[in-house]
Amino acid sequence: MIKERTKRQFIPWFYVAIPLGLLALLTFLPVINMFRYSVTNWDGVDPTRQYVGMSNYGKVFTDPEIFHTLFVSIYYFGGAILQIIFALFLATVLSYGLRGANFYKSLLVFPFLLNAVAVSLVFRFLFRGGDGLGPGGLDVLLQHLGLGRFVTQWTGNPHVVNFSLAGVSIWRYIGFNIVLFLGAIQSINPELFEAAQLDRANRWHQFRYIILPGIRRITALSVILAVSGSIAVFDIPYIMLGGANGSTTFVIATVKTAFNLGRVGLASSLAVVLLGIVLLVTFVQRTLFKDEQVDLV
Amino acid sequence: MKNRNAFKVILYLVLTVASFAMVFPLIPLIFASLKGATEFNDTGPLTPPKNWFNFHNFAVAWTQGNLAHAFFNTGILLSVSLVGTILIGTMTAYALDRFDFKGKKIIVWSFLIATLVPGVTTQVATFQIINKLNLYNTRLSGILLYLGTDIISIYIFLQFMQSIPKALDEAARIDGAGHFTIYFRIILPLLRPAIATVIIIKGIAIYNDFYTPFLYMPDPNLGTVSTSLYRFIGPFSASWQVICAATFLVILPTLVVFLALQKYIYKGLSTGAVK
Repeated sequence: MIKERTKRQFIPWFYVAIPLGLLALLTFLPVINMFRYSVTNWDGVDPTRQYVGMSNYGKVFTDPEIFHTLFVSIYYFGGAILQIIFALFLATVLSYGLRGANFYKSLLVFPFLLNAVAVSLVFRFLFRGGDGLGPGGLDVLLQHLGLGRFVTQWTGNPHVVNFSLAGVSIWRYIGFNIVLFLGAIQSINPELFEAAQLDRANRWHQFRYIILPGIRRITALSVILAVSGSIAVFDIPYIMLGGANGSTTFVIATVKTAFNLGRVGLASSLAVVLLGIVLLVTFVQRTLFKDEQVDLV
Repeated sequence: MKNRNAFKVILYLVLTVASFAMVFPLIPLIFASLKGATEFNDTGPLTPPKNWFNFHNFAVAWTQGNLAHAFFNTGILLSVSLVGTILIGTMTAYALDRFDFKGKKIIVWSFLIATLVPGVTTQVATFQIINKLNLYNTRLSGILLYLGTDIISIYIFLQFMQSIPKALDEAARIDGAGHFTIYFRIILPLLRPAIATVIIIKGIAIYNDFYTPFLYMPDPNLGTVSTSLYRFIGPFSASWQVICAATFLVILPTLVVFLALQKYIYKGLSTGAVK
């Protein structure tokens, strides 16, 4: 029996060996290396690299091109807040169980599942115009609606581009928020709604005193995740515009610094800063939602 | 009663406007994909095509744009990575949930910590490792990255496994079954619902992923659906009707899967979010 017990000490290692190896190789080793590269001037190819201290980190805050990307994330954060408000509203409406609600729900959620390149091309085509190619779908729609004066270079104008891209981001991600909110609303005890109806509470009161408290946590969680999400934006602005016209985000700057400019040292320090921000956000989230952690051991 | 109907009308109006905003961006794309070159240049983006069955652009995209090969490449990545994820994830969950051993806490903690590191932040350094392993521009790089950086599946399996009674294992053990038989014959089949969830969320994520193939497999022969579609931008920029057709072809499988598995997808999305 003792033999059986020692055996059961070793067996599990056979099952976890591969995932642990991959975890070490593709998550922990890169993080460690990232810190090591970040204090050097390495170009990613040269066998030698010089120690440059914290000067790369200084550039994050002094290089105007990099610093500017932090402002770009504000547009996405604003977009994310709007998205949460819209999603909350739409999820509430969907929860009333109207006929056809499922049909509307699928239309609202579907974009979330689409390929990033496909989404980028859909909007590149929608936003076109002003480049001698004839008006895009959005411009024509605005003209039909009598809103022609709002027609602009949606992605060509540096003052407009980040609003347009934040709009694309709302279009793409709102469905995910709706699914989460709707799930949370539907898990509220239905007796609460029945009691409210007996008390002749109107829809607004039901929303304010039953739905809102019931989904407070998932809403707060969405807001917190929007912070790290808006700094980590990458694919849509990169695929649509290559980061042109002032649409470069922090992650686009990092990828370009490393892979196009070959400044792996500087790019690593950018990545460390991003990791720091994400960890800080996660720390805040875990502190606020301590009691919600799932106990896995 | 009258009030109630007015309220309903407003709700429907809200839902219709919102849904229109979601569908509208796709309309010019679908119209354009069905137009010939001259028709495309002469008509506005919201003018419907003359012939709704003109699939010429789709044929061009499929053959000249190498989309056929792209779907093949994505198919390989998808099947190998999904099988690998399921095996690795279920085995890990089995070891962590059914065995008590020294070092278990450390393992759980290292997985927990890893969830905090978003993949996109570490690409700069991950790239160097893939490069040193001589895996740059090979399919194996993508497969390894999909397998190695996916911790959410492990959590989904672990959570589901906790609901499978341990008495089942014990009974099998008394009957003389070894640990692998228990895993393979009892646990794995019972995990089917969790496997379905993982296939859906992981499958969609791999199909939609852009930066892994873009950074690690730039060889056009290894182009996935994402990177091959991305490569349409240069050579076809004078014929956007072909780009539109290609984009629609990439959207189509997602649409089919969504219509067929809607319920499971909603469930998968909520499960995957609460890691």
